Amino acid sequence: MSGIHDFTLASARDALKSRKISAVELTNAHIDAIERLDGQLNSFITRTPDQARDAAKAADEVLAKGEGGSLCGIPLGIKDLFCTNGVRTTAASKILGNFVPPYESTVTANLLKDGAVFLGKLNLDEFAMGAANLNSAFGPAVNPWKRSDSDTKLVPGGSSGGSAAAVAAGLVLGATGTDTGGSIRQPAAFTGIAGIKPTYGRCSRFGTIAFASSLDQAGPMARNLQDCAILLESMAGFDPRDSTSVDTPVPNYEAALKRGVKGLRVGIPKEYHVDGMPAEIEALWQQGMTWLRDAGAEIVEVSLPHTKYGLPTYYIAALAEASSNLARYDGVRFGERVSAPSLDGLYEASRAAGFGEEVKRRILIGTHVLSSGYYDAYYLRAQKLRTLIQQDFLKAFENVDVLLTPTAPSGAFAQDEKPTDPVQMYLNDVFTVPASMAGVPALSVPAGLDARGVPLGLQLIGKFFDEETLIAAGHAIEQAAAFHHRPTIHAGVSA
Amino acid sequence: MSYRITGSTGEWEIVVGLEVHAQVVSEAKLFSGASAEYGGEPNTHVSLVDAGFPGMLPVLNQECVAQAVRTGLGLEAEINLFSRFDRKNYFYADLPTGYQISQFAHPIIGKGKVLVDLADGSTREIGVTRLHLEQDAGKSIHDQDPTRSFIDLNRAGVALMEIVSEPDIRSPEEAGAYLRKLRQILRYIGTCDGNMEEGSMRADVNVSVRKPGETEYRTRCEIKNVNSIRFVIMSIEVEAQRQIEVWEAGGTVDQETRLFDHVRSETRSLRSKEDAHDYRYFPDPDLLPLVIEQSWVDGLKAALPELPEAKRARLEQEYGVSRYESSVLCVEQAIADFYETVARGADARLAANWMLGDFFAALNRTGRSIEDSPVSAEGLRELLGLISNSTINGKIAKEVLEDMVETGESASAIVEKKGLRQVTDTGAIESAIREILVANSDKVAEYKSGKDKLFGFFVGQTMKAMKGKGNPALVNETLKKLLSE
Repeated sequence: MSGIHDFTLASARDALKSRKISAVELTNAHIDAIERLDGQLNSFITRTPDQARDAAKAADEVLAKGEGGSLCGIPLGIKDLFCTNGVRTTAASKILGNFVPPYESTVTANLLKDGAVFLGKLNLDEFAMGAANLNSAFGPAVNPWKRSDSDTKLVPGGSSGGSAAAVAAGLVLGATGTDTGGSIRQPAAFTGIAGIKPTYGRCSRFGTIAFASSLDQAGPMARNLQDCAILLESMAGFDPRDSTSVDTPVPNYEAALKRGVKGLRVGIPKEYHVDGMPAEIEALWQQGMTWLRDAGAEIVEVSLPHTKYGLPTYYIAALAEASSNLARYDGVRFGERVSAPSLDGLYEASRAAGFGEEVKRRILIGTHVLSSGYYDAYYLRAQKLRTLIQQDFLKAFENVDVLLTPTAPSGAFAQDEKPTDPVQMYLNDVFTVPASMAGVPALSVPAGLDARGVPLGLQLIGKFFDEETLIAAGHAIEQAAAFHHRPTIHAGVSA
Repeated sequence: MSYRITGSTGEWEIVVGLEVHAQVVSEAKLFSGASAEYGGEPNTHVSLVDAGFPGMLPVLNQECVAQAVRTGLGLEAEINLFSRFDRKNYFYADLPTGYQISQFAHPIIGKGKVLVDLADGSTREIGVTRLHLEQDAGKSIHDQDPTRSFIDLNRAGVALMEIVSEPDIRSPEEAGAYLRKLRQILRYIGTCDGNMEEGSMRADVNVSVRKPGETEYRTRCEIKNVNSIRFVIMSIEVEAQRQIEVWEAGGTVDQETRLFDHVRSETRSLRSKEDAHDYRYFPDPDLLPLVIEQSWVDGLKAALPELPEAKRARLEQEYGVSRYESSVLCVEQAIADFYETVARGADARLAANWMLGDFFAALNRTGRSIEDSPVSAEGLRELLGLISNSTINGKIAKEVLEDMVETGESASAIVEKKGLRQVTDTGAIESAIREILVANSDKVAEYKSGKDKLFGFFVGQTMKAMKGKGNPALVNETLKKLLSE
């Protein structure tokens, strides 16, 4: 079965439909790859091979009848932030213990309805809080890429680090991610894959463990945008159980790939030329502009004047919400409980033992910014700035169709290069956070390698609910970049 | 007369504001589909949303919003077309999510008013500051086990309306009257059953005192969760007394939350201002702002039932009942409806008399409510008809009503069966009287010698002989005639 790992999601779908391969074969090949390679990557928290085989068998029966949804028989990995019925869901935290939800998140239910086969639950930063997947109670996920000159372990980015690593290494054909301030786009860039953060409200949040409710958005991660488009079409849609989900039809995203970019106006936000940005990132950005111009797009400089407030306002808004969202993890109804003689003691002991350091830091910051006497100075001002940031985008989009920026200020760094200053770590999100704050869709596509052979991504930001234009522009970059590099650790023939 | 408490330094005035938590009548909870019904085995009316499971999201129940708007209309209040839900953050075992969803900065209902009737016949207007929607918490049960507490989440997430009054209340009586009137309005509109025993209506009582003439308010204390009107009245009395003693001893009242202990008739400190929770209110990001249309509000308004004040005015006008009678008849909608059914086609004044008198007495005696009255409105109307057309007299009618209550038979059936039809045959009356006069010739002589009071004796004897069925007017007339012969 050599070559089975060369399948993309789209080509596997076609091969399944035409019965060139069976879902059981495809699933078994991926289960084997996980068993072989995930010891090095730690991309899975929970593996579900038996359930996957059963699902694949069922998919084959449906496919044999010439039926089946768009993902029938496609093996996927699920970020362990989505609740999955009967399968342990951890959010990469000790506090949830062996929590097994008796319900399915809407996003994963949509994927299952279309016939997807789940291989297991993927690693992440605890409660999606992090940019390197170093904050997991189940140990860090590892980037399958290595620098050309060293064997040091690189981070896969975060928080959807396990999803990114598993997709890049060919352990799954696609994965779900969630993006609150860059958690799909940054790890996608760090691992040389594609990822889409849809418009806020496009995918239901029901059944997805909340980090920051006004920012959290599920999205697809896969080896290319066609695969992401197929996944997004399945994941998206209105859900009456999420009051913030939007009732607007889900288009055929895959069809948008063919649209091209002729006449498209691509904005270059001048404020994204930040101090200290490595020259190779700047060069890649220029390269992206050239590619799009060559494909027929027009490059226009635009201004997003409130960009510099993006990070601080994000960390106030997101952490305020998180401090409240995480109050329910108290050891009373589910998850780990550390007994104590008083109720407050039970809370303190359970939460002290259950939450990791970064989560505790963020709960404390979030609690502080909402406190009496500080609310106006922090939370309220952040909300006002958030409105201004959103207006920046709306204004820019009066003049252009999409924006092009780098995804992250650097390529993947080594585990031991993690900044000791948490604020330094937060800078990873500098290009991704503003789109999250505005709620507009954005994606990352692999665009090249840095000087040490590590992938770099470009980000495209689009108008509300215009994921199609975003996908069209992203595909133009994909075609021009012709990114066919493979990571060091990969299920197929090694690079 | 203004209510005053006399202390060692002179007179004091009290200032009271009430925060009433009224449980909304609705099928489902405020943000989940679980049943909002009272009772049930512990933890049987609980959805995953109510229990705060990971990834669960609130979805607003439109009926609860409609109930809040209806209540606002009943309080003649501003209806805010834009409102918002906030999270009130605090940790407690019966609060699964660690926050209560409430409306802090932008409530759905703004300023309104309640007209209250006082014992001296006067009315006062008490301002309503606001009404907002919020979730109830679950119930902690601490007395079942020496070391453990149990949690029942049946109530968690049930919709409450918090109705906040202005500090307009100046006496314990007014506080009681306000609560009764508020409860009456809520029951009329059907938005809260007002059942304080089941906890579907509870009050937080804010009390301060000051010297008459002072324009500023002094520090207030909040007495939490008082669950009957009587206890609200008592708690105000004892708390005002306590505060006066503090001030008069040269101390200052501290702002704090207190509990009322009705057994000891005292209030006790629960927590001081310094220990007050910092609730860290902020807009709930799981919910969009609540925007309602004026046309929807108009539709709800058009469908509102007649409210107590309007009903009273109409009864007085249409049926000629007194202000006092209308207030009693309108206490509950069902009573007013019953009355109107009786009064239509009967003597309306007589109907009011009978309802307030013998009929309510019969209800009290049997422990029945108007809804399961042993005598129907139609049945009572028939009885009154028999009085009006002189088939029976009032005294006999009282007996007939008792029979009706006991047997469930109709008034006319009882009258026929027992032969209670009034005797209007003057011949029969005259012969009965003649027999009495003959048998009591000594009394007749006394009467004739000036002992007028004996007239009543003759009436009594005659009625007794006629088994009460004599027409009273004819008996009187005939007696007078025969005694003067």
